[in-house]
Amino acid sequence: MQEKLKKYLRLERLPHIWCPGCGNGILLGAFVRAVGQLGLDQNNTVVVSGIGCSSRATGYLDFNTLHTTHGRALAFATGIKVARPEASVFVLMGDGDAAAIGGNHLIHAARRNIDITAIIFNNSIYGMTGGQYSPLTPQGSRATTAPHGLFERPFDLAELAKAAGATYVARATTYHTGLLTRLIKAGAGHKGFSLIEVITACPVSYGRRNRSGSAYDMLVWQKEHGVPVEKAAKMKPEEMRGKFLIGELHRAEAPEYTEAYERFTGELQRSFKGE
Amino acid sequence: MNEVLPLARLMQGNEAIAEGALAAGARFFAGYPITPSTEIAEILAEKLPLLGGRFIQMEDEIASMAAVIGASLAGIKSLTATSGPGFSLKQENIGFAVIAEIPCVVVNVQRYGPSTGIPTAPAQGDVMQARWGTHGDHPAIALCPASVQEAFTLTVQAFNLSEKFRTPVILLTDEVIGHLRERVVLPGPGELPVINRKKPPAGLKVYYPYRPDADGVPPMANFCEGYRYHVTGLVHDESGFPSTSPDVAERLMIRLNNKIMNNLDEIILTESFLTEDAEIAVIAYGAVSRSARRAVKEARAAGIKVGLFRPVTIWPFPEREVAELSGRVRALLVPEMNLGQLKLEVERSAGHGAKVAGLCKVNGELITPGEILEAIRQL
Ligand SMILES: Cc1ncc(C[n+]2csc(CCOP(=O)(O)OP(=O)(O)O)c2C)c(N)n1
Ligand code: SF4
Repeated sequence: MQEKLKKYLRLERLPHIWCPGCGNGILLGAFVRAVGQLGLDQNNTVVVSGIGCSSRATGYLDFNTLHTTHGRALAFATGIKVARPEASVFVLMGDGDAAAIGGNHLIHAARRNIDITAIIFNNSIYGMTGGQYSPLTPQGSRATTAPHGLFERPFDLAELAKAAGATYVARATTYHTGLLTRLIKAGAGHKGFSLIEVITACPVSYGRRNRSGSAYDMLVWQKEHGVPVEKAAKMKPEEMRGKFLIGELHRAEAPEYTEAYERFTGELQRSFKGE
Repeated sequence: MNEVLPLARLMQGNEAIAEGALAAGARFFAGYPITPSTEIAEILAEKLPLLGGRFIQMEDEIASMAAVIGASLAGIKSLTATSGPGFSLKQENIGFAVIAEIPCVVVNVQRYGPSTGIPTAPAQGDVMQARWGTHGDHPAIALCPASVQEAFTLTVQAFNLSEKFRTPVILLTDEVIGHLRERVVLPGPGELPVINRKKPPAGLKVYYPYRPDADGVPPMANFCEGYRYHVTGLVHDESGFPSTSPDVAERLMIRLNNKIMNNLDEIILTESFLTEDAEIAVIAYGAVSRSARRAVKEARAAGIKVGLFRPVTIWPFPEREVAELSGRVRALLVPEMNLGQLKLEVERSAGHGAKVAGLCKVNGELITPGEILEAIRQL
């Protein structure tokens, strides 16, 4: 860790609680690098999380941090951003957190296009509760609640966010850390709702049960299955089978919620005063 | 004559709550519509933007409660309003506000339940939910207006208590008061005290967000105003970081409880009507207390020595006051629009004092003065 990035971490809170080999630390590192490169004011930055292994990240970050209830982080963050539009607001969530219990808040934050950067730690499983399947668990995987293999279909979270109105959608893995840092930076710089899905490894609750090998093997899997959008454009559909896109997946322009609110109420107040 | 007359207006209970919130300095509302609370959202949707405040209709009640907590933490006095099923949905995050000590006001205009029940029929079925709705052991403050005027003043009081004690406060009203229209006298600016949260002094080297002052309440720094800290729904020490230490957990729970229980004189409001020489006392709250007052007058006219005791604050329950009353009267009658929720508290507080009788009505209609008078005669 570069010396100048240490100020973004609550070093006295470390070591963290994550299992050896867990991808969450890599993601946290990328987050800190992105924030450092952006030079964000720590006092004016709020990081909100839900409940899950990944959501414990807020405890290690030296910002205004809020560790909320399971699935509700985006709703808490919406209150913060609406009350204090000048703050930079990030939300860190697990895949279960964001897509199952918090799915409704996710689509509505995207619909509003509120200027929040949501980072999803997608480890394909419920880590904290010991390995139950999530809406992002791949079909056929095993989980404690899918002991015979999962028959349900998963979400494509990026497509979901895009369809709901998110104006910046990207995906990376914890193997592609340079890309990940760039995407977080771009998402944070984007005015509007940004969602960055990060494929991360849970070698303990997912990997063991699915014979994914070691944490190292899981990173190699990410390397081999994540295909940059630019490269995928030149590939045949059968070459992409079983693989997934990484990089910037969607970018659009639309009015941002808090700015639109400010404009709308400003006009209202002026006309009310008869100006 | 330059005298400024107090502003008197005809107003609905729900409107008075919206006005009370604005008078208390609330500038953020997040909610999800549900009858019979909807007018509160509708009025604030109209007024907040004009006052530089913010209104947002969230995707559900859970989100509304979450947004209110977020906005309060960011420094704006905030409220939400709901009824019945919506109140149930808010409970998890009400618990979050309790443990994280985030001031906010939750209005519950009670309606008939459980479940969707009878959408606009009045009831008082959420007395225990207001106390124990969220999981865990925790203190609760709930205020129960009996008039439109009081809907206004108690909303201000709810904000004052929530800011002072850093805790969610529930305004537990009902459909009758919510939709009733009455004359209300709005106080002039500065006439009603408005309390704002205690902030830490500027320039502290280290700010401990959960280190209490002597009153048990820690000063609260708003997010993005200079002190960075961690807020969590987990048990935490004075620094705000999670802990599973039995000592830390016990100290936190006891402090959360004591900051309310050691300040009952400031929190508990009650009203007594003709109780001094009474042989029988009716204990009624909210809309039912209006019928009870009338019944007491009629009983007095008929020569029965009866009085009315009204808990305005129903949580914490005015135990001391009820115990004292039960030592002076022969019987206590508790009429309520449920199957006896507050009666349990009255029985507990009365101990071996007066006999306690209930008058329960659960058909979705207000208890009438005649029914209370009849019950008084039976005692
Ligand atoms: C309302 C509620 N339901 C269930 C839980 C239990 N719970 C805690 S974390 C979790 C899921 C964690 O999985 P995920 O969100 O994917 O995060 P991860 O732990 O994998 O990082 C669940 C179900 C809870 N805390 N609150
Ligand atoms: S259970 Fe999985 S996600 Fe949770 S800390 Fe361990 S490896 Fe990481």
